[in-house]
Amino acid sequence: MLRFLLRRALQSLPLLLLVSLLVFLLIHAAPGGPLAVYLSNPSVRPQDIERLRHALGLDRPLWQQYFAWLAAFARGDWGYSFTDGRAVSERIFDRLPASLELVGASFVVSLALTLCAGIGAAVRRMGWFDRVTTALAFAGISLPVFWLGLLLQMIFAVALGWLPSAGRATVGAAGPGDRLEHLVMPVIVLSFVQAASWSRFLRASMIDALGRPFVLAAEARGLSRARVICRHALANALAPLVTVVLLDAALVVSGAVVTESVFAWPGIGSLFTEALARRDYSVLMALLMLTSTAVVVLNVVADTAYAILDPRVRL
Amino acid sequence: MIALRTSWPAVVLAALVTLATAAPLVTPFAPDHLDLAHGHERPSAAHWFGTDALGRDVLTRVVYGARISLAVGLLSAAIAGASGVIVGGIAGYIGGGIDDALMRATDAAIAVPRLPLLMVAAAVLQPDVSLLVLLIGLASWMETARVMRAECLSLRSREFVDAARALGAGHARILFVHLLPGAAPAVVVSGTLAVGRGILLESALSFFGVGVRPPQASWGNMLYQAQATLGTEPWLALFPGLFIFLTALSVNLTGDLIATRRRSVEKS
Repeated sequence: MLRFLLRRALQSLPLLLLVSLLVFLLIHAAPGGPLAVYLSNPSVRPQDIERLRHALGLDRPLWQQYFAWLAAFARGDWGYSFTDGRAVSERIFDRLPASLELVGASFVVSLALTLCAGIGAAVRRMGWFDRVTTALAFAGISLPVFWLGLLLQMIFAVALGWLPSAGRATVGAAGPGDRLEHLVMPVIVLSFVQAASWSRFLRASMIDALGRPFVLAAEARGLSRARVICRHALANALAPLVTVVLLDAALVVSGAVVTESVFAWPGIGSLFTEALARRDYSVLMALLMLTSTAVVVLNVVADTAYAILDPRVRL
Repeated sequence: MIALRTSWPAVVLAALVTLATAAPLVTPFAPDHLDLAHGHERPSAAHWFGTDALGRDVLTRVVYGARISLAVGLLSAAIAGASGVIVGGIAGYIGGGIDDALMRATDAAIAVPRLPLLMVAAAVLQPDVSLLVLLIGLASWMETARVMRAECLSLRSREFVDAARALGAGHARILFVHLLPGAAPAVVVSGTLAVGRGILLESALSFFGVGVRPPQASWGNMLYQAQATLGTEPWLALFPGLFIFLTALSVNLTGDLIATRRRSVEKS
């Protein structure tokens, strides 16, 4: 087990190095390089730019800069934001709780939706419930996430006035009800899109499980339908779903970036789009590296989880 | 009757392509014709989808935007498909260590958060439409590569491949002349999914202001501009998004239709 984890971790290292190289080269290919923000600022004099360039080591050969940056990044020194001068790590950790709240809440909701839709559709194949959830799932994978967000804002915030259109809390009214109201629309957007693909997957693996001999055997022993579905079929259909859910981490990151920006949710995702708009490269580099690392870690977790859930798999 | 019901997505797609190519015939306005006296107008008989702040006709811009979206979707899927076929074909046909290495690389590329990386790339490189197509295409070859590899693995041990080899066919010939036609249906299905994904990626990039640049109309950048006046001019956000949704939905359903047909052909 430990050897397996170690091997997978080592195998993922080249990927992270590749991402880091890609990100590094991209930023340095930018017109003006990492100092673009200062170049476009008329109050920064050319000699200041020169001084900064030297101080930040930007006049050294590219490969030296790359290794210096990589070493610093690995040590947890992620540099300073070009826009407000604060440490990048500080800005990220400021925003982390909001993102975790949003992603966590939508994870729970989408899992609930997935279980209902996936099991219901598989149990009565081609019934009305199956047809409706299939249509919804196709809508979910074809909807532009940001447009779904705008649409909800137009309906529930502007036209009906039921929900706040953006943000995490109303200034001055920090009750739990207010927080919950702000959470509703972003969670609907994120979980609808996630549940759309997960429920299709669960439906397929449930149909597969329900056709297996052990289900027939369980029914022959006279077990109730509910027990057969939940204890026997679902238990077997869940293991592949767990890996799919964990492997979708990259998609969750993309979804969170879009959703947070549309709803001005003060999390990592909107930090990313703010940094993008201001060309704050040190923040962008750190965020890309961190999300890639998180996704890679989750991939290893997915493999491990699969082995634990399915005793036939040997590590 | 059943044929009509199941093939409506293809009909919608054909209609969209016709609209996009015949754009100047569909609408009497030019996409960047300014008419400041008639800005902020609700949908009406003259302007079916209303007008934006600069008095430009939204229907016209949606129709011209269809050119961008469809072109980016189709061309990026072509690039993704071609690179996926090459990577997956080599991996599945040669096998062994090369297969392992290529599939590890594919897994790795799938694990990278696609949209944020593309957003940074687009912000830095400030691409025109052709570079945008290339970026999106290069970001979505992985699914096709996996499909192509699986097909090649199962096809390469068939008799006709041995026969071709005995007749002296080279590796490239076997791969592209003998294996590719067999793998084509599965590759086409993954290709249609890539079209839908390409359209969604372009619209997302343009929505964040790093994709297709104004004044050129794209569904994504129309939504970007509509965001500010969501409360007062909802039609600006409604129609471009509806078209993205409709296009992506038709593409995905068409792909599903091809996949279902293929399964039923294989069964019979």
